[in-house]
Amino acid sequence: MKHYEVEILDAKTKDKLCFLDKVEPNATIGEIKSMFHRSHPQWYPARQSIRLDPKGKSLKDEDVLQHLPVGTTATFYFRDLGAQISWVTVFLTEYAGPLLIYLMFYFRVPFIYAPKYDFTTSKHWVVHLACMCHSFHYVKRLLETLFVHRFSHGTMPLRNIFKNCTYYWGFAAWMAYYINHPLYTPPIYGEQQVKMALIIFLFCQIGNFSIHIALRNLRPPGSKTRKIPYPTKNPFTWIFLLVSCPNYTYELGSWLGFTLMTQCLPVAFFTLVGFIQMTVWAKGKHRSYLKEFRDYPPLRSPILPFIL
Amino acid sequence: MASGEEDGAVEEKETNNKKKRTKSAIAIAWLTVYNIAMTAGWLVLAVAMIRFYLQKGTHRGLYRSIARTLKFFQTFALLEVGHCAIGIVRTSVIVTGVQVCSRIFMVWFIASSIRQVQNQESVILFLVVWTVTEITRYSFYTFNLLNHLPYFIKWARYNMFIVMYPLGVIGELMTIYAALPYVRRSGMYSLRLPNTYNVSFDYYYFLIIVMLSYIPRKKFTPIVHHKTTLFAVSKIISEINVHMCKLYIYIL
Repeated sequence: MKHYEVEILDAKTKDKLCFLDKVEPNATIGEIKSMFHRSHPQWYPARQSIRLDPKGKSLKDEDVLQHLPVGTTATFYFRDLGAQISWVTVFLTEYAGPLLIYLMFYFRVPFIYAPKYDFTTSKHWVVHLACMCHSFHYVKRLLETLFVHRFSHGTMPLRNIFKNCTYYWGFAAWMAYYINHPLYTPPIYGEQQVKMALIIFLFCQIGNFSIHIALRNLRPPGSKTRKIPYPTKNPFTWIFLLVSCPNYTYELGSWLGFTLMTQCLPVAFFTLVGFIQMTVWAKGKHRSYLKEFRDYPPLRSPILPFIL
Repeated sequence: MASGEEDGAVEEKETNNKKKRTKSAIAIAWLTVYNIAMTAGWLVLAVAMIRFYLQKGTHRGLYRSIARTLKFFQTFALLEVGHCAIGIVRTSVIVTGVQVCSRIFMVWFIASSIRQVQNQESVILFLVVWTVTEITRYSFYTFNLLNHLPYFIKWARYNMFIVMYPLGVIGELMTIYAALPYVRRSGMYSLRLPNTYNVSFDYYYFLIIVMLSYIPRKKFTPIVHHKTTLFAVSKIISEINVHMCKLYIYIL
């Protein structure tokens, strides 16, 4: 069996960082990363970007050495992706925050509102309902992170956790402040509006969950395969006929429901910002679906049926 | 078949290049007109300010007398964001946007809307700084576009900011600070609870946040990636160094 020799150079300085000899032809990039890690312990595999070309795309961990366009002495370029943190850690932190922060405002913990309101409860029943919905939403997200989602990438750059937590925690505090404020004004159309909003919210929560389950079932445990998602027996997944990323569609719907329920401008603003970000993600995902699959259903839009 | 496609592609590229070149000619013409107009506008402001001071001998009422012209030319500068957006000026849209917005904010939401601060000395300070800076900047752009840049304009553009920027920041910050008591007392531009959409806004605290956000940003923006600028700055620092060494030796 022909053994390969692998040399790894720094993508910027072109310095020779590592030389590996007697590498198996069927070795994967993942295994090469582990070997590289042994000689450079500060660069754990998750923060290594190995590429064929200094300015090229990163190779995947699953790529096999002998299937790459390299000779028996393979030259790879290395870029440090910086400190990494696992997606699960980031998600748990960024979702636990809003859950706890909102509850602090709901229970009117001291130093938020005037002292005479400390530990009092709102007289409006919609405020109690809103707290239940908000808390349910984030508990659902936490549980999905732990038990449902199958992530393509294990890690993301460390600085993302600060950015993401600022966004989630900041907005949660801003919304919670007004909804649980002693001077909160309930919705104009009263019970009708709140009931309608609740129906929309619950419908979209179930929808969002159904999509997450459907996406999970596309991917066997431990794998990173990508397949086209299709509608299943669950009616909530039939939206796949019209949309590439219905999880975002349902998420938008949930927050529109919550906005209607609370009639609070900061919530509307949060919904808008979230919608913009999700549209960017949906468009990206839609584009990569189209690139990867020749037979991708043409009727689908990224996030809003026929519109966006 | 393949070569036919290739020819088509080459032809397309040539027409695109021609389009780019013609577009540049129109763009250059427009930018030249724009920059000349803005230079003229700020010169008019400078003259009006000097005339007022010479005639009245005081800065009281000076702002009111030039307010409309200032509003016009400063607001017109919004076009620069458009220039960056369509690519005829090679600057980041966000950087230009932030700079123009901060100027417009000062003019419309501080100086013009809070009458009580209009006679503050700090207003005159930032007006003078803005006038000098803008005249230099717009004439620099104009001469650049005409491919005839006098050395003193280039020198002014890269060296005056060292003094102008800190002075401008001081002027603006002092003006906002002076406005705070009036804002608090009048509750202007503020929204309180309770209201139908369950939101509130306190202009007073907003201004405090604005003041806080000033300092780090203004420090770095002018130090653009220009060798001349860095050279000028390092030259000044080394000059100071030399003088201090001489002083030290003298003391010894």
